[in-house]
Amino acid sequence: MLEPIVLLVDDEAPFVDTMTKRLTKRKLTVFKSYSGEEALETLKENSQIDLVILDVKMPGMDGIETLKEIRKEFPLVEVIMLTGHATVETSIEGMRLGAFDYLMKPCDMDVLIEKVNAATKKKRDHEEKIREARVNVILKARP
Amino acid sequence: MSKTKLPLSPYYRSLTLNMTVAIIVVSFIPVFLVGSTIYYNFYASYREKVYAHLEELVEKHRQQIDAFLVDKLADIRFLSRNLGYANLSDEAFLQSTLASLQRNYRPVFVDLGVVNGAGQQVAYAGPFKLTEAVYTETDWFQQAMNKEYVISDVFLGLRRLPHFIIAVKNTINGEPWILRATIDFVAFNDLVENIRVGETGFAYILNRRGEFQTKPLIDFVPSEGCYGHFFDCEKELNDGVTIAEREDDDGKENIYVTALLKDKDWLLVYRQESADAFSDLRRAQFISVVIFIVGGVSIIIMASMLSIRQVGRIKEADRAKELMNEQVIETGKLASIGELAAGIAHEINNPVAIMVEEAGWIQDLLEEEDFARSENLDEFERALKQINTQGKRCKEITHKLLSFARKTDARLQEFSINDLIEEVVSLSEQRAKYAKVIITPQLDASLPSIQASPSEMQQVFLNLINNAVDAMERQGGEIVVASRREKNQLVIEVRDTGPGIPPANIDRIFDPFYTTKPVGKGTGLGLSICYGIIKKMGGDISVDSTMDEGTTFVIKIPVREEHVG
Repeated sequence: MLEPIVLLVDDEAPFVDTMTKRLTKRKLTVFKSYSGEEALETLKENSQIDLVILDVKMPGMDGIETLKEIRKEFPLVEVIMLTGHATVETSIEGMRLGAFDYLMKPCDMDVLIEKVNAATKKKRDHEEKIREARVNVILKARP
Repeated sequence: MSKTKLPLSPYYRSLTLNMTVAIIVVSFIPVFLVGSTIYYNFYASYREKVYAHLEELVEKHRQQIDAFLVDKLADIRFLSRNLGYANLSDEAFLQSTLASLQRNYRPVFVDLGVVNGAGQQVAYAGPFKLTEAVYTETDWFQQAMNKEYVISDVFLGLRRLPHFIIAVKNTINGEPWILRATIDFVAFNDLVENIRVGETGFAYILNRRGEFQTKPLIDFVPSEGCYGHFFDCEKELNDGVTIAEREDDDGKENIYVTALLKDKDWLLVYRQESADAFSDLRRAQFISVVIFIVGGVSIIIMASMLSIRQVGRIKEADRAKELMNEQVIETGKLASIGELAAGIAHEINNPVAIMVEEAGWIQDLLEEEDFARSENLDEFERALKQINTQGKRCKEITHKLLSFARKTDARLQEFSINDLIEEVVSLSEQRAKYAKVIITPQLDASLPSIQASPSEMQQVFLNLINNAVDAMERQGGEIVVASRREKNQLVIEVRDTGPGIPPANIDRIFDPFYTTKPVGKGTGLGLSICYGIIKKMGGDISVDSTMDEGTTFVIKIPVREEHVG
């Protein structure tokens, strides 16, 4: 399987930078954004992104709003919520809105990688199904 | 001083005083008004009655005395006219006439005498030797010569005994002569002396000069002249009975009832001490004053006792309020500390996350070959691991602080306790399965719904079930959550088959921050939160534990009547 292509969104720049380094070291392709608005921009420019790791508590556009926008504009992109404890309820709300899972900060790298892989697999499988379905449609269209 | 009562502060003292005064004033005013109105009316009507009685008495006696005098005068006039000078001047005949008069009228007439125009007594019948007496100079003779008849004032006369005279003038051959009769003073006196009322009431008669015409019961000297100055001499006295009250020389209030007699010559005076005349009134007054005083004293005692008790209660309430205020402030303080802690915890969480990530990054880098040969590699790895571990510990702490400070929804809702228990059980089942614990609900389906905060109740049951699962984590076991109804209480039991709570700890399990879990595992707040929630609802939570057999938590929640059935 091709390594996951991830967008990391958090207003804490040092966290994003270090996390990016660690994920990159684990052969992931990582894009960085420091706010919800920026994340949407990045997604628009890079359609290959499989997965967004999204902090719930951010100034300006917060995690839930960003999630809603992502679900609307990029329905196939999976989202993993990152949260402090006080926002667990928000994360549950996020999962109800279609997020793949949630993780508490600071998170264990192995767990994160595991979830990232699972989410990517789900997304890729889904894309595969869509592609197959389209192929079938095209094949059936031929006489 | 056996009682060690604290002295009241000035505020409560003045409150007590105000209350006492208010009660006394409010109680006294109606009592005083009603009492004085009734007393005044009674006084007026009683006085009227006494006056009327006395007036009637005096009037009756006046008529009687006047009738007596008129009778006697008529008798003498009859004798004078019918028997004539010739017969009467005969002393023997006069004697027999007196005897017959005395027979008919008892000894009212003391003597009879015939006086000629010169004042010389011509004939005399009676006990005294007055045959030759000359009356020329006496008042009554001079008056009788001018008038047809005269009734004299009482005087001592020649015989030196009090008496009075009825004299009737007649003429014979142009010469005036007078028939004179002496009226027995004792007989006349009886008429007046018989007027006796009460202890001090008596009557007497005065003449115009203020001299006694009868012997008064009590010896006293009336001031001279004009009926003893009873009335203003200038003023014409009316015929009727007059009543007046005035003070005596010795300071005693007296009632004087007076009536004129004998063609306004004499004054019949009835005198009685007011105190005696109104003795019934005085008694009523005394009784009412006694009642008033006794009532007043009891009102005062009651008022002060009542106020003291009321103020005591107010003071108690004030103190309770003060205490409650302090508690509210304390609670508010705790709440703001909680919020502060939550804020800090949240803020710390982010830097800790970054630190852990940085440590992770170094660890990642160490795995590269350049560092594999470093002799301190093991030390580096150990240090990074430690940073990671301590970072996780920080995370644990901040998460617990956050969960403690997190506000639960305390709004009341009506819901079924059974549904809530089932929900909590299903939430805990997954975790219980890993610990080889089976959770069995035994719910009474007929339970009424309750009014409470669902999220708080969830917290209670989740805490109890989690504790039970924790207790049985090693050997596994069973948890039974049973609900039933007892009278107007819902009883919910959470039973486990765990190792039980040692008796030494059982008294402290509801204390905040008391925990037997290893450091970093438990906050010691779970059960104290449960206790607080159940107590706030008016319920009760208790624990029963036997070592090696299990522990049972019993929660009792009151059911309000409107939710029954």
